[in-house]
Order: sequence, then C-alpha cells, then structure tokens
Amino acid sequence: MKIFNKEHTLPQRDSKSINEQIPDGMWIACPICHQSIYRNELGTLKVCPECKYGFRLKARNRLALLTTNFTEINKDIMVEKTDFPGYADKLQRAKTTTQLNESVLTGIAIIDEQKVALGIMDSYFIMGSLGAKTGAKIAKLFDIATEQHLPVILFTASGGARMQEGINSLMQMAKVSAAIARHSEAGLLYISVLTDPTTGGVMASFAMQADIIVAEPHALIGFAGRRVIEQTLHEKLPADFQRAELLQTSGFLDAIIQRPELPTKLALLVRLNEVK
Amino acid sequence: MKIFKKELSPEQIVKLARVDRFTAQQLIDGIVDDFFELHGDRQNNDDCAIIGGLGYLAGRPVTVIAIDKGITFQEKVQKHNGSPLPSGYRKAQRLMQQAAKFNRPIITLINTPGAYPGKEAEELGQGQAIAESILQSMSLTVPIIAIIYGEGGSGGALALATADQVWMFEHSTYSVLSPEGFAAILWKDASRSDEAAQLLGLTPAELLNKGIIEKIVPEHKKVERLFEWLKQALVTELAQLMEQSSQELVENRRERFCKF
Repeated sequence: MKIFNKEHTLPQRDSKSINEQIPDGMWIACPICHQSIYRNELGTLKVCPECKYGFRLKARNRLALLTTNFTEINKDIMVEKTDFPGYADKLQRAKTTTQLNESVLTGIAIIDEQKVALGIMDSYFIMGSLGAKTGAKIAKLFDIATEQHLPVILFTASGGARMQEGINSLMQMAKVSAAIARHSEAGLLYISVLTDPTTGGVMASFAMQADIIVAEPHALIGFAGRRVIEQTLHEKLPADFQRAELLQTSGFLDAIIQRPELPTKLALLVRLNEVK
Repeated sequence: MKIFKKELSPEQIVKLARVDRFTAQQLIDGIVDDFFELHGDRQNNDDCAIIGGLGYLAGRPVTVIAIDKGITFQEKVQKHNGSPLPSGYRKAQRLMQQAAKFNRPIITLINTPGAYPGKEAEELGQGQAIAESILQSMSLTVPIIAIIYGEGGSGGALALATADQVWMFEHSTYSVLSPEGFAAILWKDASRSDEAAQLLGLTPAELLNKGIIEKIVPEHKKVERLFEWLKQALVTELAQLMEQSSQELVENRRERFCKF
C-alpha cells in the first residue's frame, strides 16, 4: 500500500494555498502541524495555537501588529520598466491586493518606544519578489537610516528574484548590499526578521547580512528551491528541511521569536545595542 | 555589432557558453605567470570547483579566483559541473581578504550554472555564503575585475562578480536564472528555454548596452591571441584602478551597483 512507502515524516502541503484560504473557510489546517484550527482562534496575529507557526501576513496587517506610529517613506521612488509580456497587469493586480506600490513597505516607526527604520516585505505582492523598485526602496531605507543614525529592522518574505525584470533583479542583491555596508560602517544596528518564506536571492543577500538574524517559528528559509534539490539528488527531503528550527541548529539564526513577542523582543535588542 | 563576424541568436550563445571551450587552469596559465594555488576555506573544506591562488600579471602580483567546471567525468562530478559549495565561496572570501591585506588586485574568472543546489550545501549555508561574499566585496579596498568566460548563472555568479568591472567573453551568458529554470517558473514548461533565452537579455551585447558589463572579450580561434588581448586589457584597466585611493575604489564600486 502506498502509505507504507512514504517517509516517516508528515507530507508537505503547499502553505501558499492554505494561506489564501484563510478568509473563507471556517476551519483551516495548519501547513506545518496539520492541526485543524477554527478560524476565530487564529486571531489577528494569525498564529497556529498548536505549533505557533505564523501564517503569511500582508505587510500592512503585519505593520498593525507592530506599531501604530509609522510614517511611510519614499512612496514613489522610481519609474518601473514593465516591458515584459503581461508584467504590467501582474503588477497592477499585486498593487490592488496589497495596497502597496512594491513588494516592500518602508518607513520610520516607533516600536515599543524605539525609533527604527522599518521595512516589511509582502509575499502577496508577486511572491515578495525582488524587483528594481523593491531594491531601491530597501536601499533608500538604509541610506535614510544611515543619515538619521537609526537602526534598521527588516522583515523579509520573498520567493527571490523577480523573473520579469531579468538581470536587473539580480543586481538588486548587490545594490542593497552596498547600502547595508554603508549603514554598518556607521556603526549602526541591522536586524533581519526572516518570515515564511525567505528564499532565493533575498536569502542569499540582505536577509543573511544582518548583525542579528531572527526568524518566526517554522519559517521556510533557504537558497535553492525544494523541488530543484530533489531533482538534483533524486531523493525526498525531510519535512523540517529549510525550516527555521533546523537553521538555528546549524548556526545560521540568532533566535526564533514567536509572533506575539516580536515588538517587545525587537525593541529590547535595539536597546541592548545602543552605543553610548 | 560590426566587430563580430556573425550575429548569433541568444539561444545559440547559450549553447556555445555551455561548451567547455576553456578550463579555468588554461585561462589562468594564459594570463598569469608562476601561478601558485592556495587551497581551503580554513573551516572544514576545500571546494575544488573554485581554484584560487597567486601569480604575476605582467610582473604585478595578483590574486586569481576562478570557477572551474572540469573536463573529465570524474572532474565534473567533483566540481559539480562548476557549481560551488558554500566552502568554495568561503575560500574565495578568505583569498579576497588576503588580497586586500597585501594590496593585490583581484581577478575572478566565472563559469557556473549557479551555486550547487544540494541538501548539504543548504545546511552548510549556501545563501549565507553568497550573501557574505557580496557584502565583503562591497568593502574591499583593492580593485576587482570579474570575467565571465562561459555561464554566469544567478547568485552563484554574482557572488564573485560584485566587482569594479565585469567583462564577458563573446560567447558567454549572464542571467538571473538559466533559460530552462526561467521557463519552468514563468510558464511551468522548461522546454520553452529558447524563447526564454530571447526574453532574458543574457547576451554580452545586450548586457553591455544596459551597462551591466564594461567589456566584451573577443574570442579568437587561436587562444594565444585571446590570452594576449585579455592580459593587455587587464594590465591597462588594473593600472588605472590602482591609481584610485582605496576609499574612492569602494565608493565607486558601490555607486556602480546603485544605478541599477
């Protein structure tokens, strides 16, 4: 029977489709522990009561959980090049769904009395992919933080490079890195918060370049996609592969912080790193 | 462009870029004298997909870091067909820091389909290794010139191409993803790779136009002529870059990437 051929691990389900079901169904299944959860039980935090997995959030919803004191910056930073077939429509749809002008929301925020430059990526905006404007907004955030001597907190959520923008998307990894290098040389703190999912070019650049790297429980974090690796190796990967817990064990994360505790813990980290 | 004998289509260039026309060792020997290879990442491994070492470029000591695909079956297996492991990038970082210490320019030679996508590579921090290479290159106080001599695939190539100048061989490619991967993601159909190759804009001519690269290295049937051209170009450009102060170098390199 088929059931005996499977590995001892739980089968992976596509967390994207489950996340998209949230508004409709009364009951939803957690993509990590597969527990059925009554929708009201998830609350505004959208955290699985069983395994503490944080369901994917839109940037504006996440912002509401962090602070009420936020000034958005650089709303229109550059002109988009949308000559790729079908790209302009895709962008327009993403903008309407997320109420954002790009896959990242940037601004100056006060979180638990700490003034920070805050960036939040949105996986509902073309999978949080890294376009030229995304890169420009994040680089600008670091530049402003350098000028105003502010720490940067960046929530990452991305599938990686934006295919429709080709090589320019790849160059964003270097562009943001340049801004981070300047910010770092000014002796300022950068904390990245890796949320589900942080993969590809974003993981292989600014997500991993922070002074302190934290993640939400069970967040998918990796460079190469699961399917690509399975095709290369011709073997099934375990369920916890590329999850935050495994990354912490292998030494790539400073801490895993549950969603309700993020504002206070992040503010504490900012205070602890203040240069007197 | 006129200088080329025959205009090739993007998909033809993709095919040519994947032919093993040069090994890294051959290129290194063609450019520098007295090459001395330095092994290991000083942590736990020596990734043979990356060959690093020292040599004289027309009398000036330089650090060379090259990705090699290998020729024989056994080499290809060991080098993962030019897909570096995290330890490969960490070896490169070590050699870059060493070059900065001794004020030696760095030449990187790139030919990779991308960083190796394996279970262990992920667990050992493939993404972190690439991220660190890019970040360190942004603060290096010596000139870096990157030369793509075959495939320049994705973040795995960018990790060694965060440079003051990026050059490409006439029959080479540089792209965000392979045409196959690109077609698989966008259209869920890897067989439409020829179409993808046209859309990706991965040819040297297109990339030169966009300002992503600075030079196209003309290829000759006689490799000696190619090496001679390359050596001469490197000597000239490095001499100019060495005239800049280390602060200017770093600022200009960051500025180079800020325009994209």
